Amino acid sequence: MRTIRLGAGAGYSGDRIEPAVELAEHGKLDYLVFECLAERTIALAQAARLKDPDAGFDPLLEARMKAVLPACRANGVRIVTNMGAANPQSAARAAAAIARQLGLRGLKIASVTGDDVLGDLKNSDRPLDIGCTVDGLGNRIASANAYLGGASIAQALREGADVVITGRAADPSLFLGPLIHEFGWAMDDWPLLGKGILVGHLLECAGQITGGYFADPGYKDVKGLARLGFPIGEVREDGDLVVTKVPGSGGQVTAATVKEQLLYEIHDPARYFQPDVVADFSLVQVEEVGEDRVHVFGATGTPKTGELKVSVGYIDSYVGEGQISYAGPGALERGRLAIEIVRERLAIAGVETSELRCDLIGSNALHGESLSQDAHPYEVRVRVIGRTETLTEAKRIGEEVETLYTNGPAGGGGAWKSAREVVAVASTLIPETDVATSIQYFET
Amino acid sequence: MKLRDIAHSRTGDKGNISNVSLIAYDPNDYGVLCDYVTAERVRQLFDGVVQGEVRRYELPGIAALNFVMTEALGGGVTRSLAIDAHGKSLSSALLNMDLPDDIRSASHE
Repeated sequence: MRTIRLGAGAGYSGDRIEPAVELAEHGKLDYLVFECLAERTIALAQAARLKDPDAGFDPLLEARMKAVLPACRANGVRIVTNMGAANPQSAARAAAAIARQLGLRGLKIASVTGDDVLGDLKNSDRPLDIGCTVDGLGNRIASANAYLGGASIAQALREGADVVITGRAADPSLFLGPLIHEFGWAMDDWPLLGKGILVGHLLECAGQITGGYFADPGYKDVKGLARLGFPIGEVREDGDLVVTKVPGSGGQVTAATVKEQLLYEIHDPARYFQPDVVADFSLVQVEEVGEDRVHVFGATGTPKTGELKVSVGYIDSYVGEGQISYAGPGALERGRLAIEIVRERLAIAGVETSELRCDLIGSNALHGESLSQDAHPYEVRVRVIGRTETLTEAKRIGEEVETLYTNGPAGGGGAWKSAREVVAVASTLIPETDVATSIQYFET
Repeated sequence: MKLRDIAHSRTGDKGNISNVSLIAYDPNDYGVLCDYVTAERVRQLFDGVVQGEVRRYELPGIAALNFVMTEALGGGVTRSLAIDAHGKSLSSALLNMDLPDDIRSASHE
């Protein structure tokens, strides 16, 4: 039975590039997949595109392509990525330009578009998960992108693309697309599609399955984290999977690393909603079958819902923040006093916040008072952050923390402040028939 | 004994929902997790953090539980004021849960 090797070259937009090069050179891959698009990234990219029609794709696209294209070309590795963000066509054009600079002729680069549904959606009364409708956002709406499935990616590969660049696609679809293409899986073979989604789900966060986000010294030790390698999925035609990595790279693939990633960002494991299938991971099993080799089996799937999730980016509010540190005897008490002072000064100044949060970093900032009762640290960092209607008010919050230097408790040091606009993301569902995808090709 | 002695955990986020997995190192301890780490105990543990409900899913094939907590991330990752907006550190709080010393023998009986 035929086996395809898929490597994960990035788990998020800022991820390390070296492991992707290692995979391209030594991974014996058929495909190298880069997942680089967080929830909010596309809303910010849309804003960049409004200012410059050629912008709006991943800022590291050029660096990544430059790093991996030569080895991918030499070894016959095809690339799939969502680095197109808000502008897949410009991203494909940029990738083609890099290929030409590198002297790589005859490459076919595809861009998949159609995920951008802002025009159709912005005046609709579809409900969002934040308690209002889409049109209720008015002119605060910044972007609306549907999560595409794997069919367009498979089509681009079938039509000979060496590189496929999408905008918003469901992360596992980036891996499912090549599997559909290579194995000719039917788009209504729900068990196989469910297995393919498991492949994508396990690999899409790259280092998170090879020992990244895992180490806990003395309990869960990981070798060679500084050289952490990224994963390879060996997928059989029947959807059977072995997760491994390049021999000699850092990290480890064990039953435990695979189990942690299996449940990462999963709700009901029997119903993992995806554009092409509702995947079922509830009966998955894993077994170690060699060093850094884990066999994963038992995933299945049920029919898709026919609806696609849409991420809607919108300008939510302004946020202002300030921080300052105290240390030594009485640090916690001085930190608490500092917070009292800032709260009172903001009230006196009439700064209106819809939400104000005061943390003592080192004591209660991550889990709140009830889980941090006994924490009496040597040093604390005061953090005051608030949500406002205007940037001016947001700035005032950081300023009132900074003024603690000369107007607050003794020994405050290292004050820092910031104020920013918050682009938040809400979501809704639309019928898949409302989304029409198309593919453009750029040849070098 | 702490939960950390017999299990490991990872937190994930989607919108305002946090999920925390709990995986037995030794599949023989899966029963301990099922018996002791109920959705209600987890809800109590995260009382100050989670505003919504806690739901538990069981995965016997990998000796793991998955806790899904709604209204857990300060309105959602993209607008939360929390320093850990993703709630990624919540798994460490779960592993800090105390277990009764005789829990293994009690559960294995």
